[in-house]
Order: sequence, then structure tokens, then C-alpha cells
Amino acid sequence: MLEVSDLRVAYGAVSALDGVSLSVGPGVTTAVLGANGAGKTSLLRAMTGMVRAKSGRVVWKGTELTRLASEEIVRQGVAHVPEGRGVIQDLTVEDNLRLGGLWRSDREDRRKALEEMYEFFPALRERRRRSAYTLSGGERQMLAVGRALMARPELLLLDEPSLGLAPIIVAQIMELVARLSADTGLTVLLVEQNARAALSISERAVVLSLGKVVVEGAAADIAADEELRHHYLGF
Amino acid sequence: MVYAAMAMALVLIWRATRVVNFAQGAMAMFSTYVAVSVIDRGGDYWEALVVALAFGFVAGAVVERVLVRPVESKPPLNAVIVTLGLLILVESAAAMIWGDSVRSYPARFSQTGLKLGSQRVALSPFDLYIIGAVLVVMAGLVILFRATSLGLRMRASAFEPEVARLLGVRVGRMLTLGWALAAVVGSLGGILVAPKVFLDPNNMDDVLVYAFTAAIVGGLDSPVGALVGGVGMGLSLSYVGGYLGYSLETVGAFVILIVVLMVRPEGLFTTTTPRRV
Ligand SMILES: Nc1ncnc2c1ncn2[C@@H]1O[C@H](COP(=O)(O)OP(=O)(O)O)[C@@H](O)[C@H]1O
Ligand SMILES: [Mg+2]
Repeated sequence: MLEVSDLRVAYGAVSALDGVSLSVGPGVTTAVLGANGAGKTSLLRAMTGMVRAKSGRVVWKGTELTRLASEEIVRQGVAHVPEGRGVIQDLTVEDNLRLGGLWRSDREDRRKALEEMYEFFPALRERRRRSAYTLSGGERQMLAVGRALMARPELLLLDEPSLGLAPIIVAQIMELVARLSADTGLTVLLVEQNARAALSISERAVVLSLGKVVVEGAAADIAADEELRHHYLGF
Repeated sequence: MVYAAMAMALVLIWRATRVVNFAQGAMAMFSTYVAVSVIDRGGDYWEALVVALAFGFVAGAVVERVLVRPVESKPPLNAVIVTLGLLILVESAAAMIWGDSVRSYPARFSQTGLKLGSQRVALSPFDLYIIGAVLVVMAGLVILFRATSLGLRMRASAFEPEVARLLGVRVGRMLTLGWALAAVVGSLGGILVAPKVFLDPNNMDDVLVYAFTAAIVGGLDSPVGALVGGVGMGLSLSYVGGYLGYSLETVGAFVILIVVLMVRPEGLFTTTTPRRV
């Protein structure tokens, strides 16, 4: 259960989030939509301690996250795949993956998780010994998602996973997110500019504009609202 | 070989923190004085070594926590200035505590050349000890960085601290550990070189210049490169010193540095491609 209330973020004089509130039920996939600069990335960054919120609260399963450091937040079951993916290019594919689970003390389960990721993403197994910088854009996205899953999170924050990818890869990624949520009960906050793709696999959606929530509701209702689509979603 | 140890300390800090520590040599000199004090109080060579390495570990950690931590998120120039300031600080502190007097340091093994048949070669038991110690340290570092999860976390912290944090790596601890380990390696280098030079509060400056050159020549990212660079430096400098005069050694080091930077700026032993920013 995730509860964001009245969250404010500013970079110097530039306000990025201007009092954002939203709630996400367990196991629900929620799309966070909005134009470039709407504040989507800032929302995720404030949730995982990458930027300090000016005010407001982020409560996940009873724990206030805005006071915790990034490295502690993942220990609360929250994994964040940052914008631009954050794959560490100088490390091998396998080292990137392993890194995602290293904070967990259960070695046996870490090994099991790694094996699961290779089963999920066979392309990564083939390239396990290569540097991450040899991967294609789609493979990097797979690696970033797989690495986040190594933590066995309950809440997954994805920042524009479709950015810069070919439509067929985007479809694969969306299918993957849908399957994860169906199979494992994972709660997902899916930030996207590609509203059509995101809405197709989400149950709920939030639309941001200029740091404020414009509308929060069922994904189907938002997809059906012509005016909303026209104004904020660009399709 | 000793340049190699110091070069490795620089490489280590570079790998773990992306900072070049200009005070590395001064910190090594200080640790060596600590070892001298232990010997003055009746300790033997090994006791002095252990105490000095432990001292180096703690000092490296404290320096990172107190002095470097506040500038870690700032532009790199700040860290450069801090380590230069530290250099001056450590040298003055050593001068205050131990005076400006020049000290000699005992060698654990004989420094006279070994006999090969009836011929004496320019390799003494003490040289063999130095070579062995540096090789062991280098192997240890390679294993640490390449084969342990601690090393993986240290590398991730250095390459992408923000991402590493998101993955649960306690980056601050990794940086502290990196500085502590580097100071240990540097201290070892100081104690190894001490019997071959005279110890005074400024004498590690030259060693640092050579080590820095060795590290650059070998590629700042590569412990093996640091080793080869250090040995190569040592050999070339003894030729320069022997044939052209001791005063030209420093010049020789800079010539090597400039040539390598022109021909292969990423170092001779770096395998990764230069990173696009
Ligand atoms: N590091 C930063 N420094 C200054 N302003 C920023 C920074 N990051 C984002 N902003 C500003 O904050 C606002 C929200 O940006 P962001 O959260 O990245 O939006 P989105 O992810 O929806 O495109 C924009 O006006 C942007 O220019
Ligand atoms: Mg964004």
C-alpha cells in the first residue's frame, strides 16, 4: 500500500512537483502520464531519496520513505529503474544483475534469483560475460529491469522504460510488466510518455501536468476520455 | 617495485573513489615514521610493519570521512585541492613530531647482492622481499576487485554512485574502505622503500611523482598496469640516474609521462574504452 500526500519538489527556484497526492493499492499497476517536464521523474526520484522532497509524505506499508537514504529504501522492498536505465556500462551483464541483489544476505536465494532472471531474459544469459555497454537499447532495458527484480521488490518504479525503443520492443516490455504483476503480485508505478502503451496494461492512471495531478482514475476511463487524451496524452 | 606499490595505492583510490590523492606519498611517509617510532621503542621489523599498516588503514578511513566526504559530491577540483592541502598538513605534522632530521630505516633482509655462482648480481634478498610483497598485494587487489562481491560493490560505487545507492550499496562505506585500503598499500610502499632512501618529511614527494607517472602509464584503472608501470619506471629511472645523473630522474619521469599521455592517453594497460560523457 503506497500513499503519497502533498509532495513538493523544487530544484532551486524551479518547482517540479507542486503538491502531488496519490494512492496505489497492493498488486495494482498504475500508469503515471504527462508531457515532458510534467514532474514524473521528480515524483519517482523523491520517492527513493534521489532528491529531497521540500515537503509532503511518501508512506509505503507504514514506513515514511522521504526520510530514508536511497540505499535503505530498496531494503523496504521498493526498487527503482531510473530514467535512462542506469545500467553500469563498465561492468559485465552478470555483475550488473548480481549487484541488484547483493544487499540481501540469503546467498542461496540470490543465486536462485539470478537463474530466474536468465530464464526470464535468455538474451542476457548469452551475454552474461560481456560488458553492459555492448548491449542494445532493448537489452539494456531488460538488464535494468532484471537487476531491479534481483532485489525481489514488492513495489517496482519504472521511469519511461519505452524511451528510445522500437515499437516491437516497447510491446515486449509492456507485456513483461503485465506478466510480472499478474504472476508475482508486484505493485507497479509505470511512468510513461507513451500513454497508449502504458494505459493498455495498467489498471489505474494518474495524469500530471506542471507538477500537479490533473486526474486520477481507472485506466480504461482515462483512455476513453477524448478531451483528456487530446490535451495531455497526445493520442 | 616500490613505485609499483605506491602506484597501486593511487589506482586503488582512483578505482574506489575517482579521486587522485596527492597526499598519498605524504601519508605513506607518515606511516613510515610511525613504524620508526615503534622500532625506536624496541619493536622489531614485523611489529613496526603491522602497527604502521593498521595506522594507515585508520588514517585513510578518517581522512575520507572527515576531509574528503564534504567535497565528494562537488566538482573534482575540490577534491584535488583538499588532497593538496592534506599533503601540506601531513608534511608539517611529521616535521613537528619527528623534527626535520633525516632518519635511516633498517632493512629486514640483507641488501647486498646475491651470489650467482661467483658473480654478484644487483639483486639482494631485500629486493626479493620487496618484489614478493608487491606481487602478493597486487594479486590480493585483483582478487578483491574481480572476484569478490565487496569489490563489485566498490567498483559500482565508483562508477555510478547514484545507481549503486538505488541498488542498496552503502556507497559511503565503500568510499571509506577504498581510502583505508589505499592508505594501507601506500604505507606498505613507504616502509618498503624507506631502507633504500633516507626518511625525511619531504622525501615521499619524488616517490609520489614517480608513482603517479607509473599509474598513468599503466592506466589508472588497472592494478596490473600499475605494477608494470612501476617496474618500468624504476628501471628507466635507474638508467637515467646512472647514465645521465641523478638530478635528471624527475625530468625523466615527466618525459615518460608526457610521451605516454600523447601516445595513449588512457594508459597502456586499460582494456575498457574511454567513456563517453
Ligand atoms: N536536475 C534538475 N535541475 C533543475 N531543474 C530540473 C531538474 N530536473 C528536472 N527539472 C525541472 O523540473 C521539472 C520536472 O521535470 P521532470 O521531473 O524531469 O519531468 P518529467 O519526468 O515528467 O519529464 C521540469 O520543469 C524540469 O525542467
Ligand atoms: Mg522524466
